[in-house]
Amino acid sequence: MNFFETQHLTKAFGGLIAVNDVSFQVVKGEIHGLIGPNGSGKTTVFNLINGYYPITSGKILFEGHELNGLPTWKICKFGIGRTFQVVKPLRRMTVLENVMCSAFNLTTRRDVAKEKSLEVLEFCELTKKQDFQAKELTIGDRKRLEIARALATGPRLLLLDETMAGLTPQEQAEGVKLIRKIRDSGITIIIVEHIMQVIMNICDRILCINYGQEIAGGTPAEVANNQAVIEAYLGKE
Amino acid sequence: MKPNHWSKIIIVLFLAIFPLIVPSDYYRHIFILALMWVVIGSSWNLLAGYTGQVSFGHAAFFGVGAYTAGLCVTKLHISAWWGMLLAGPVSMVVAFFIGCICFRLRGPYFNLATLAIAEILRLTAIVWRDLTEGMQGILIMRTFRNKTYYYYFALILAAACIYAIYRVIRSKWGYYFVAIREDQDAAESMGISSFRYKTFSLLISSFFTGLAGAFYMNYMGFIDPEVVFSLYFISIMAILVAIIGGAGTIWGPAVGAFIMVLLQETFRSSFFGLFPKWVSQAHVLVFGLLVIFVIRYMTNGIVGDWVKIQRLWSKNKEQPLASTGS
Repeated sequence: MNFFETQHLTKAFGGLIAVNDVSFQVVKGEIHGLIGPNGSGKTTVFNLINGYYPITSGKILFEGHELNGLPTWKICKFGIGRTFQVVKPLRRMTVLENVMCSAFNLTTRRDVAKEKSLEVLEFCELTKKQDFQAKELTIGDRKRLEIARALATGPRLLLLDETMAGLTPQEQAEGVKLIRKIRDSGITIIIVEHIMQVIMNICDRILCINYGQEIAGGTPAEVANNQAVIEAYLGKE
Repeated sequence: MKPNHWSKIIIVLFLAIFPLIVPSDYYRHIFILALMWVVIGSSWNLLAGYTGQVSFGHAAFFGVGAYTAGLCVTKLHISAWWGMLLAGPVSMVVAFFIGCICFRLRGPYFNLATLAIAEILRLTAIVWRDLTEGMQGILIMRTFRNKTYYYYFALILAAACIYAIYRVIRSKWGYYFVAIREDQDAAESMGISSFRYKTFSLLISSFFTGLAGAFYMNYMGFIDPEVVFSLYFISIMAILVAIIGGAGTIWGPAVGAFIMVLLQETFRSSFFGLFPKWVSQAHVLVFGLLVIFVIRYMTNGIVGDWVKIQRLWSKNKEQPLASTGS
């Protein structure tokens, strides 16, 4: 049994096929990259896994359970957390309250949720900002908050959607450190990212898709040297 | 942000002994209505201010509650006070079905759906004469002639409502409600079933609004569909009470309720008879202006923007000659 896999995952918006027959497996404990040019369907794959969109055909299996047709919140309870590319902070709540909303997944007691949230904030190095309103945060901190919130739900699989986009090189370096730390704590990660430096650095394996179809998969080195991938990004000679 | 402790204690004490120090039935009446509006405003606030589901149809629950109490007398031949027990659960049942229909919609579509359903209930109450007596309304004998009893009843109801909402807001549900208000998609991805928790919020809200309706029946002794299902007198008023006091704050609707009821009464009586009669027609206009003012200058209402108001106050004290502008 695979930890996580998709089988022939397909999503059509009317006549437009956004994701076409994508099958991939994720091994427990790895960081799996998902790359592709703009509009290639990466975020759509996340939205399918996450249950935000209904699947047209195919299957998603997580620890042997089929996730098809489950609502988003149930999938979260199954142990899949996600962050959004366009961050969605709960603006008029403090950072701590944001994370506590997630932490209530595991408990109904306020003090327990708060304790858990403080741990997560410490882990994500947001402790100093805990009493800030989420709307006051910089983009870097907002991205961190997204991650903290996803972590507080107690996931075993974490979907990171472009958590580095728009960050300064220094923030990126810190982000990479954080992602490695998450992996080391035993959480499997699927990451969508545009910044190749980041993705080549931290991923164990990468899947490249274009126009909704998988064009290459394997280790970072294999994918980087794959002719189809180079063509997808740079065009044909 | 909040008035300090002393002023709070004074307010509570004042409310507790109000009917004993003010012998006038007229002022007691106004305060009873204000306390009833504290309940309705707070309930609306839980659903709209905290959970972000702005209802234009809270008259539905108020009316159902009032008619539950009324029908206890006309159909079941028992005291209308039984309505106080039944109105909450009955409103919740109605609210559950309304929720199942309306929570499929978001934003303005939700608002309009609640509005439509409240209107449907109003028309039903008018047309279904066998049950409701239609426009004739329901007239019952009031239990007490002394308004003091009603006053304390309303006070307890208002206190219980605020306390219950306060407890809910500080619990897991409260966090979930605000999360849904701030971003429903984010909330879902955090493991929150938005439908389930919106329904919980609606049920609590409708419970207390229904109680307020049953109280109204008991207190006024007369209801008809145009009053208790009224779009303007109930649904819109509930929104005004909460927004002017401060939506999304515990005490906002309470403050708003007193301001709105006193203002309404001041105008209705043409400033206690000081002005000619036609002034009483102007209260809608003044409400409109007040809403514009609050939305423009105090988005979070009087309680929510209390700091801002205090700052303005102290600034004026320091520089009495400074212009009112800026």
